[in-house]
Amino acid sequence: MARGVQPRISIVVNGDRVEVPAGITVAAALFNLGVTAFRTSVSGEPRGPVCAMGVCFECRVTIDSRPHERACLTPAVDGMHIQTASIS
Amino acid sequence: MELPRRECRARRALPSRNAMSQRPDAVVIGAGIVGASCAEALSRAGRRVLMLDASFAGGGTTAAGMGHLVAMDDSPAQLALTAYSGKLWAEVVHELPRNIEYEPCGTLWVAEDEEQLDLVREKQRTYADFGIDAETLSPTQLADAEPHLRPGLAGALRVPGDGVIYPPNAALALVQRAIRNGAELREGTRVDAIRPREVLIGHERISCDCVVNAGGAEAAKLTPALPIVPRKGHLVITDRYPGFCHHQLVELGYLTSAHTMSAESVAFNVQPRATGQLLIGSSRELVGWDGTVNRAIVRKMLDRALDFMPGLARTSAIRTWTGFRPATPDKLPLIGEWEETAGLWIAAGHEGLGITTSLGTGQLIADLIVGATPAIDPTPFAPSRVHSAVGVH
Amino acid sequence: MTGMGVDSFPEIVAADVAVIGAGPGGIAAAVSAAERSLRVVVVDRGLEPGGQIWRRKVNATAASDAQPWLTRLADSSARTINGASVVDVRPDADGFEILVESSGRPMRIWAADVVLATGARELFIPFDGWTLPGVMGIGGTQALLKSGASFAGKRVVIAGSGPLMLPVAASLADAGAKLLLVAEQADRSAVARFASGLWKTPALLFQAARYRARFLSARYATGTWVTAAHGVDRLQSVSITDGRRTWREDVDVLCTGYGLIPNVEIARLLGCDIRDGAIAVDDRQRTNVDHILAVGEATGVGGAPLSLIEGSIAGTTVGSTDAASAHLTRRRAILVEAADRMLNVFAPREELRSLPHADTIVCRCEDVQYGAIQNAVCARQAKLYTRVGMGQCQGRTCMPGLDFLLAWQADTVRPPVEPALVSVLSSEVADDATPTFPLTSSVGEAYQ
Repeated sequence: MARGVQPRISIVVNGDRVEVPAGITVAAALFNLGVTAFRTSVSGEPRGPVCAMGVCFECRVTIDSRPHERACLTPAVDGMHIQTASIS
Repeated sequence: MELPRRECRARRALPSRNAMSQRPDAVVIGAGIVGASCAEALSRAGRRVLMLDASFAGGGTTAAGMGHLVAMDDSPAQLALTAYSGKLWAEVVHELPRNIEYEPCGTLWVAEDEEQLDLVREKQRTYADFGIDAETLSPTQLADAEPHLRPGLAGALRVPGDGVIYPPNAALALVQRAIRNGAELREGTRVDAIRPREVLIGHERISCDCVVNAGGAEAAKLTPALPIVPRKGHLVITDRYPGFCHHQLVELGYLTSAHTMSAESVAFNVQPRATGQLLIGSSRELVGWDGTVNRAIVRKMLDRALDFMPGLARTSAIRTWTGFRPATPDKLPLIGEWEETAGLWIAAGHEGLGITTSLGTGQLIADLIVGATPAIDPTPFAPSRVHSAVGVH
Repeated sequence: MTGMGVDSFPEIVAADVAVIGAGPGGIAAAVSAAERSLRVVVVDRGLEPGGQIWRRKVNATAASDAQPWLTRLADSSARTINGASVVDVRPDADGFEILVESSGRPMRIWAADVVLATGARELFIPFDGWTLPGVMGIGGTQALLKSGASFAGKRVVIAGSGPLMLPVAASLADAGAKLLLVAEQADRSAVARFASGLWKTPALLFQAARYRARFLSARYATGTWVTAAHGVDRLQSVSITDGRRTWREDVDVLCTGYGLIPNVEIARLLGCDIRDGAIAVDDRQRTNVDHILAVGEATGVGGAPLSLIEGSIAGTTVGSTDAASAHLTRRRAILVEAADRMLNVFAPREELRSLPHADTIVCRCEDVQYGAIQNAVCARQAKLYTRVGMGQCQGRTCMPGLDFLLAWQADTVRPPVEPALVSVLSSEVADDATPTFPLTSSVGEAYQ
């Protein structure tokens, strides 16, 4: 468990600025924010993380205009812009 | 999408004697896109057709290809065949299932400099002579049409009638049309030999009026005198980037790469798929049947692609594969009668144009076999040219 | 552990031994090889060493069994490159070239010997509604939890099979989740048989009991499994059966998975023999390919203690002709036997074959439904006609489940081993580039 106060960082999720603890992954940040649709599948289904270890590719989001980034493998960094469910 | 049930049983059971209840009129060896088209055309002409494939329909070279439908003018005969076949595709494509993923994206032949732009203008004239719509694009027009091409190109030839399909499903669709006309398909069945009006599968003999060798890159295994050799190619497919690329893009050097039987060559060729994925090619090598991925060739191929579309650098490549084009010395397929063996017809050797020319080939073969007048002159494709010193170099 | 970041790494790294995977097996191999003065480089996709089982919870200390090994790794001369995906491995003049992508850039490792410590991933069996957000792997939930996700107050059902269920149940309970049910699909008699065999490895028995104690308030059922997940746009409830009756539970999260499958893709790419889905190795952890060794879960699922022993064996025998220590060999034999028994006991039951219906999506990358492929002549045909298994995950999620359902054989592996940037695949080594052994290891920025 955390010891003392965790530093917080500021990220932008779908245009909204939010504060999250430093050190968490983008997937964890989105999960904690209640985001369920990380991406949209080819037939239009909302999808979210499944394996959380970079194997399933279901957690892909657009980070700083880079599409298809695996949120579970990416640490959230101050100033990051994250777009969910934009392209399949 | 349901697969015809008959095929599933055929695979698991041993080939039975008298698998077809009646003697077939025509046996088509190879259910790739060319064989499937031959079977479809013959069945449409009223013939009872038996299709045989060593693995499954569309599983060979057909599955490895780019799926482009493209008018190609390496020679007048090639242009005649691709133009004819292109018209047939335009007529039939809307009757085929949506899973063939037909994209009428057109082709851009990209010119790097003024010299190539001259070739583009010449090409436009040649195409016009064959009734193929084409326009020359200026650098500005080219940049508008394809913003991800690097600046500084001289222009391009735009051929709007070209398109892209997904070959395995197109072959399957043609097979299914043949079956609806009464044809039969036996998969997992390798033919051991072709005899006059008969094929041998182990101890089984199937007699018929005619045999069509549509064995693709392996056609020479059954008809050894066919000058068909495997010409290996690599392809890379990316993740989905909808809107990155709108046309099939080819460099003019592609013609040289396809034409010259050098040991290895690469040429820029990128294709947008209906899925938004980008298919990046092309490479050519003569290395026998070694299908392993050659990393050095992939690097060269990708480098060439990056020359034209630097933005590809940041796209994610998810798969690489290889395939074998059936190559002939004169770059033309062999379509017609093989007089050395009674009843034998050849429909093979299409190099990188098998998808495009499949329909034209099937119709030509059916016309020749039933005695109808073919729509284009079949002489340049006559297999008998193999024996003449002039026909094949 | 301090790091300079990947950017300061040279383009080509030369080593005596390259270890792929920084879980317990890879760490043990790296440490013991480095302690023999071999130059060792470890590559791992994760943001810091530990793999899956030793993944450190964000802003917390490592597990007590992990910390000594992590310290030994940090203190050793082995260099770890984190946040790096292996794209390709191929034999080269003096050994192997490993092409890696990290932060969008290529790096090459040239090594005489390679130790594959690629671990395992979860086996998923598709069922109605499994693609709803909120349905996650059992290990996946653990990984998400450790990477900072909060499960406090969330209603959770864990349903599946395998060694991950108890530890993840315990972690979720500790994290304040409302654990409604832990459902093991294996029958009670099978579970009891396994437990009774654990007397040979009492440490495992006590560990299981300790896990159970942490989620005592949750129901634990055997011979019980999930048949469907329900919800609009996200998971809202699940249907559960014990073979006689079926009932619904309202949930926020469903953790499901049916055990672990070794990651053998790189091994197959290199031509290593695969037996029963795992990399085949001899008692010195050598594969059938010279200079390639394999350790840990990739050689057969057996837990961290076994991975550590195998790593130690590999690290002491790589590049040498000495036999492994008798003590290590004995320990290995005992743990392998325990692992084998567990695999048999917890094999997915027959009823799970009827979980997917014709309209159940089985390939999540390409949204291919079961009905489109279940009558295919072979896997390859289905792939070409429907693109099943041809998406970004390259079949890693769907193919093992389809092997269970349809006995589909795995396909040949070609590079890229996982998706890679075109710039990385097209990259070349400059003629004047000199390979070097890095001065320090890299750590993801967030953990400095």
